[in-house]
Amino acid sequence: MRIVVVGGGMAGTIFANNLARRLSSELKAGKARITMLSASDKHIYQPGWLYVALGRMTPDELEREEASLLEPEIAFFVDPVQSFRLGESHVVTRSGKVHEYDLLVIATGSRPVPEDVPGLKENSVHCYSAEDALKLHDRLQAFTGGRILVTVGLPHKCPMIPLEITFTMHDFIRDRGLIDKTEFYYTYPIGRAHSLENVATWASGEFAKLGVRQETFFNLKEVDGAKGCVRSEEGSEVKYDLLVAVPPHRGEAVIEENKLGPNGWIPTDRYSLHMQGDHGEKVIVLGDTTNLPISKAGSTAHFEAEVAAENAAAMVKTGRAARSYDGKVFCFIEAGKDRATYAMFTYQKPPEPRAPNAAMHAFKMAYNQLYWASVRGLM
Amino acid sequence: MIGHRVVDARGSFCPGPLMELIAAMKQVAVGDTLELLSSDEGSARDVPEWVQKVGHVMERSERDDARVWHLFVRKAK
Repeated sequence: MRIVVVGGGMAGTIFANNLARRLSSELKAGKARITMLSASDKHIYQPGWLYVALGRMTPDELEREEASLLEPEIAFFVDPVQSFRLGESHVVTRSGKVHEYDLLVIATGSRPVPEDVPGLKENSVHCYSAEDALKLHDRLQAFTGGRILVTVGLPHKCPMIPLEITFTMHDFIRDRGLIDKTEFYYTYPIGRAHSLENVATWASGEFAKLGVRQETFFNLKEVDGAKGCVRSEEGSEVKYDLLVAVPPHRGEAVIEENKLGPNGWIPTDRYSLHMQGDHGEKVIVLGDTTNLPISKAGSTAHFEAEVAAENAAAMVKTGRAARSYDGKVFCFIEAGKDRATYAMFTYQKPPEPRAPNAAMHAFKMAYNQLYWASVRGLM
Repeated sequence: MIGHRVVDARGSFCPGPLMELIAAMKQVAVGDTLELLSSDEGSARDVPEWVQKVGHVMERSERDDARVWHLFVRKAK
């Protein structure tokens, strides 16, 4: 069985490593082959960018050589796919090489597109790359007072970021002795402070204690840099001195260019994780690349990748899939003041987040290091 | 040509049905209708509230035998 994995992020790497372990004897005997095609030789721990923005981590701490994370049996090439020829069961890379497959795994991820909102790219800062996180850190260091406006586009990666960035920036500004000169103004697209109702209730209570103003039903329409204000689809206008954005996201451009899904999100079966439509029986979609109505988050990619690897191994060994993905997601929520909580849920079971505490924050800090074991498929 | 698209947000707690609808609304043309499928009780309340605030048109809503809401929203601007 020839398995080709497109994308060397969290989903692709966990899938490939998990499968390589399960198919160890088949790989050695030449009965199976795993190939990974990536756009980069680096693997980035993206949740760490929040800490870069706050000056708590540096970008080099978040980066490893992808080859060093992979099981040795996996053939790894820095040669991104340019053309998906699903009807002929092969992909073509930038170098022109053709890779035939029996199973294709697409895990190309997502990217922020602040340019989709007029004025947002030019007038805001965010933390969706190391470079952007450093810029945000510079702006926070240079801030001398005024209004910090947090604004949120849809869809976006990491659903907890709007709250986390607000709470942790509040700490940062307080520690700089500027809290009396600063107003935090939080906006959110729906009628409460977060998509999860009980998280929203908790967050609004915290905001009230901290003096953070909030405006709900606020969907980004445009940013007027000359006037220093943001306008919403709902007709509101809010001024800012520092605009911190959670920009809208799209899937990778190669997905749109190959017409695999609008805005780069591939229609995916929520249980089997196979692509919907023609040729989907040979194509699995993982992580942010799916169009599933669940969080675009690292844990989603992780849990999906485990299910997909178990199923792929079972197909090789028994000719049938092992189990369905149940929609499991686990998200840490940094709550400021070195406290954190988490939300865990599935398609069937809603989350029941607990009050934030120091132990969960310590666990999150530990996980930032444990990630490198996790992505190898060791935990 | 007027389009109709289904947004299947059953079982979505985060980002949730309304967030899925708002994101999908950006991808369709004025005049198109989105049919949002939601198993969330709150959708029958919060979707019409947002639609009214932003100025789109709530065409109708109904609940099927599986207790799934079907909310039909037309993009008006």
